[in-house]
Amino acid sequence: MTELKDLEITYDKPNWCPGCGDFGVWVSLKNAIVSLQLNPWEVVLVSGIGCSSKLPYWVKTYGFNGLHGRPMPIAEGIRLANSGLTVIVIGGDGDQYGEGANHLLHAARRNINLTLIVHNNQIYGLTTGQFSPTTDIGEKNKATPVPTVEAPVNPMSYSLAAGATFVARGFAGDNKQETQLVMEGIKHKGFSIIDTMQPCVTFNHKNTFSWFYERVYKVEDNGHDTSDKAQAYLIAEEWPLKRALMDGEKEKIATGILYKEERPTWEDGTPQISSMPLVKQSFGNRDITPLLEELL
Amino acid sequence: MTDIQWLIGGEAGYGIMTIGVMMSKIFTRLGLSVFDYVEYPSLIRGGHNAYYVRGASEQIFSQKKSVDILVALNRETIDKHKQELSDGAAIIYDDQLIKVDPAEFALGTVLIPVPFAGIIKQINVDRLMINTVAVGASLGLIHDDFNVLEKIMQDVFSKKGEEVVIENINAAKSGFEYVQKNSFGKFKRIIEKNILQTQKNILIGGGESVALGAIQSGVNFSAIYPMTPVNGVMMTLIAQSLKYGIVAKEPEDEIAGINMAIGASFAGARSMVATSGGGFSLMVESVGLAAQTETPLVIVEGMRPGPATGMPTWTGQGDLRFVLHAGQDDFPRVVIAPGDMLEAFNMSMNAFNIADICQLPVILVVDKYLMEGHATVPFDKISSLAKNFVIKRGKIISDEDVALSTDYKRYSLVDDGISPRSIPGQKGGIALSGSDEHDERGLYNEEAEVRIKMMNKRFKKLESLELGFSPVDSYGLADASLTIVGFGSTKMPTLEAMNWLAKENISVNFLKINCLAPFPVDAVISAIGKSGKTLIIEGNKTGQLEGLIREYTGLTMSHNFRKYDGRPFYPEEIIARIKEVL
Repeated sequence: MTELKDLEITYDKPNWCPGCGDFGVWVSLKNAIVSLQLNPWEVVLVSGIGCSSKLPYWVKTYGFNGLHGRPMPIAEGIRLANSGLTVIVIGGDGDQYGEGANHLLHAARRNINLTLIVHNNQIYGLTTGQFSPTTDIGEKNKATPVPTVEAPVNPMSYSLAAGATFVARGFAGDNKQETQLVMEGIKHKGFSIIDTMQPCVTFNHKNTFSWFYERVYKVEDNGHDTSDKAQAYLIAEEWPLKRALMDGEKEKIATGILYKEERPTWEDGTPQISSMPLVKQSFGNRDITPLLEELL
Repeated sequence: MTDIQWLIGGEAGYGIMTIGVMMSKIFTRLGLSVFDYVEYPSLIRGGHNAYYVRGASEQIFSQKKSVDILVALNRETIDKHKQELSDGAAIIYDDQLIKVDPAEFALGTVLIPVPFAGIIKQINVDRLMINTVAVGASLGLIHDDFNVLEKIMQDVFSKKGEEVVIENINAAKSGFEYVQKNSFGKFKRIIEKNILQTQKNILIGGGESVALGAIQSGVNFSAIYPMTPVNGVMMTLIAQSLKYGIVAKEPEDEIAGINMAIGASFAGARSMVATSGGGFSLMVESVGLAAQTETPLVIVEGMRPGPATGMPTWTGQGDLRFVLHAGQDDFPRVVIAPGDMLEAFNMSMNAFNIADICQLPVILVVDKYLMEGHATVPFDKISSLAKNFVIKRGKIISDEDVALSTDYKRYSLVDDGISPRSIPGQKGGIALSGSDEHDERGLYNEEAEVRIKMMNKRFKKLESLELGFSPVDSYGLADASLTIVGFGSTKMPTLEAMNWLAKENISVNFLKINCLAPFPVDAVISAIGKSGKTLIIEGNKTGQLEGLIREYTGLTMSHNFRKYDGRPFYPEEIIARIKEVL
């Protein structure tokens, strides 16, 4: 029986800024693990570098805090070595859509069975507020002296195009929904991404909690069919915008599961691990004599 | 003594690689000691390919300069290689396609015209099979029994079906019979059957040696992005992956590859990557990650000339300093360099034990010359190395022990610096491995005192390092008047040169450094500290090994021989340099 207290560490606590959206994702993730009754020692949280990537330090499961942009291949290696583990990747927008965007593309097309939660705050917080791959078009700040013309990465469209089989957007201001999305993502057999809008209270003065509250809606409220990929693309393209806003215009930001399909996973395509996880198989005891004899 | 170097040359895309290895196999099955070496440009079609195969009735260690049989599939081959021909050498060529004038060769050169294209037309097979006719013709010049090649064809092509086997045998036999009938005896060096019956040899490539060592050592995960010259490692692992239960994946790039391998190792697999200098450049940050998280990892680095793309299909030893220093700040690593096929096999096996026991990255530094060449190795020798090898996984905690633990610390400060390691999935072993500096639990920590303890702990691990082989090897008589010093693949032409010199009663000895990091200071000082003259041989511009020896021992070499032209060292060149020095 896994309870919330089993996931708590006693020797440290989160050091995110008060009011940071990371707290919401942290709470939702722990709730999801408890609701799914996963054994903490069979969960591995893998992260990169950035504020959000500190999260694994504060959940009592196995963890690997790797390099900036590189948690995805670490997680893929863990899954292939032990397909009995629940592997969850935690990253920020810099980690996943900047430095690690290539790895995201390939993990999605391989359909490896893991869950990616992106803390997307549209800014680089840890390095004091430079723009990120998801910063809105037209923004300017001290690191971007002229309004940026770089269209933001659209994580939903990108994941759909890459072949992700579970594509969802959450919001750190709605823990109930986020918990549900993380649970669905973990249960999904294949690659799942939950891009989570997570306001940076210190450096992002535009995309704040109240800004999001005025714009988010849930796709299921419109009766969205999650198997309809064409419709998922249309919803994904609603936001972020690739152009400056027109007068009086307000964004619509879809949350919930945009798309879901079943497809063989990378693990399914790896017969070496079809009957048993790799690390559970008998080790060593190999005889290479037949290989040497072939060379005679 | 029989000592024949055969060379086939032609345009890329005409199966020169395949036929070169087949010739090596013929020499091997005839009982000769064999060494082969291939030169080719970095493209699939066009350009000049040259495959050298040397076979001898006494043990040989490398290729040589002079060519005894030249098979020319085009005129360019003759132009490029005629100056390499030895006295009485034979040239096999199609006189319908290539015009040659006997006057352009030294007196005694034997011309062996064979109508390759005519034979192909006559037996009605694809033009690409000219090389098969050529290998048959080659055999027909030196040996009177086709049986050896017929068996090889059956072994090599049986997987492709009976039709392919028969077609190849017919083509080779046509070449063989044509030469037997028209030219046998013109070339004076005939190979009698089984002149060396005492030992059974295998013919193995350097890449295969590394991969087979890894397989024997229990490797069960690899993530390798293709790159010359380590494709042999990659392809051998993939070919055996289903049979031996190895998850061998092709990642999207080298950064992904090394991180997948680290992830798999963290989860308990025995894991490796292989690449060349360019790919290793991409991996560098993650080499430090493996060291910082104390995750075992074996990295094969196949050197080729750089910088940048450099000369992708040629050889060199210019990455020594790079692999020794790659990564920000100081961290412990082990760098080892095999010098021939047997060492490649043995060091590859041991690399995995070292990585697991010391929980750190181990770099096996090799080069194109070693990886893409083939040589004969006594079956009994390699087989007994394999059978006597003991897999050691170091301090992985058992499920039972870790379940009893109440406050497990992944990076506990133990005497030898090697903390017992839990594996994800083990109840009671929950821990986080992080790239930040951390305390015993793995929690990020930037206190000065903790930092010092953790740095010292990581380096402490090297004190219990057991390589499983000697950090240096000495060859030749201790009191020789000159000591040659080198690392890696220069061992092969150096031993060959020493063999030739012994026949002239010139005695030199050779110190080969097997372990470059940690540097075997005492062993090197005791081997060369008292030598009069020293000659250091290495394949780079700036004398990377020479500087390394000076840095660690204070010893200065009296002479050096450096090459950085992409070509391997030849015994003839080494002998000439030795004679200059003596």
